[in-house]
Amino acid sequence: MVTRGFSGRPPAAEIAERLPPGQYLTDDFPVLQLGPTPRVTEETWSFTLRDGPKPLKRWTWSEFAKLPRTRWKGDIHCVTKWSKFDTAWAGVSVDDILSDAGVTAPTAFTLFEGFDDYTTNVPFADLTGGKAIVATSYEGKPIPPDHGGPARLLVPHLYFWKSPKWVKGLRFTRKDEGGFWELRGYHMYGDPWREQRFTGD
Amino acid sequence: MAAEKMPWRTARIGAIAPVTPRVKSFRFEGLEGRHRAGQHVEVRLTAPDGYSAQRSYSIASAPGDAAGLELMIEGLEEGEVSSYFAGIAEVGDEVELRGPIGGSFVWSPEDEGPVLLIGGGSGVVPLLSMLRARFSARSETPMLLIYSVRNAAEAIAREELQIRARDEPGFDLTLLTTREGATAGRRVDRVMIETALDHVGKPRHVFVCGSNGFVGSVSDLLVDASVKPSIIRTERFGG
Ligand SMILES: Cc1cc2nc3c(=O)[nH]c(=O)nc-3n(C[C@H](O)[C@H](O)[C@H](O)COP(=O)(O)OP(=O)(O)OC[C@H]3O[C@@H](n4cnc5c(N)ncnc54)[C@H](O)[C@@H]3O)c2cc1C
Repeated sequence: MVTRGFSGRPPAAEIAERLPPGQYLTDDFPVLQLGPTPRVTEETWSFTLRDGPKPLKRWTWSEFAKLPRTRWKGDIHCVTKWSKFDTAWAGVSVDDILSDAGVTAPTAFTLFEGFDDYTTNVPFADLTGGKAIVATSYEGKPIPPDHGGPARLLVPHLYFWKSPKWVKGLRFTRKDEGGFWELRGYHMYGDPWREQRFTGD
Repeated sequence: MAAEKMPWRTARIGAIAPVTPRVKSFRFEGLEGRHRAGQHVEVRLTAPDGYSAQRSYSIASAPGDAAGLELMIEGLEEGEVSSYFAGIAEVGDEVELRGPIGGSFVWSPEDEGPVLLIGGGSGVVPLLSMLRARFSARSETPMLLIYSVRNAAEAIAREELQIRARDEPGFDLTLLTTREGATAGRRVDRVMIETALDHVGKPRHVFVCGSNGFVGSVSDLLVDASVKPSIIRTERFGG
């Protein structure tokens, strides 16, 4: 439906082709979260890998810092419509986390948990093969608390709510369980290129 | 089970009214909004060449308001979507909407209280819906709104808020003008939060909405004032 009198500000072709449907490019880095920024420091941070309720391995900040580092640079897309290009992150890939724990994925489904008790589900297939890292730096510096520091997940091929801030653990689940937003009308998978914003999209 | 897709609907602007020098109210006829106070809708505008832009706008009206769903949109210079609403949209024009959306920043009278609301600028819009929902249900849940604006003329629904504070038992308003009057130069601060908490009682729910910087600093102050982080809900409009 054409809106009378609206012409908009279409982006240049080289920007448009990098923007998933319904997204627009921003230069700042908007903050999105449910509540206050939790007070997590490198001293209080830890990351726990679980199979259901059972802990498989836990890393403190200094233990985590010894794992191999992976860098990633590229575009991120938030379900609130902004996209940001060429963001640079570094951290530990989910593959390296599993291999350090000496485990193979016990199920095909996972749920990430944050220090703010936020949860989100991501299929294991979307985490392995270098597709996801637990990031500990942004643009070469520690991640600011408002953006999830000291550590956040990064699964950049999905909408950014799938990359929880202040991440504290990864739990394998028997079946695909919705997390916080997925139980409140947001899509279970969240592929920006298929514009999977809400349940049923 | 295939969940149903949330459809885009064509919505006709039934009424437009100025709210402040920069904010206008838009009523959409026939959409009462079976929403929960605090939720938002997505708005989509499409150009003749097929290019479209989408943005989120909070619902200002109470759920079930027979006058139609109300949005309050601040016109930003150079703003792609808001400048359309500020300068072009007229009664009878149609845009596309979908929603309601959001399951975290919501309050219904049965959620009870006490409730502390803190809004900055246009961030008061979803809080206004909560106040209106409280009134529609004749709820007397203690509610206190701290509303921070640069000057009184920029306060959205100022008169309505003042009348509600005068007439509705259990609702109180603290209007803070940060660039005008006795409070010029003051921001929402620790003392103001502690005074509000003393006044409204130990809150069951706290909602903070406004620009990114506003929400960040207010929610830090709340945590400093020992409000449990899990009861604080935030919504950031950007900037
Ligand atoms: C959940 C939610 C609810 C919201 N509810 C409301 C609401 O109730 N009322 C409301 O008014 N807003 C609300 N917003 C904000 C709204 O969604 C839009 O972000 C806002 O209207 C700006 O959109 P825009 O297209 O006009 O501006 P954009 O084009 O997206 O621009 C954003 C800012 O960048 C500046 N800018 C853009 N392009 C340029 C350029 N080329 N040069 C210089 N500056 C530029 C603009 O001046 C503007 O300040 C809400 C946001 C969210 C996420």
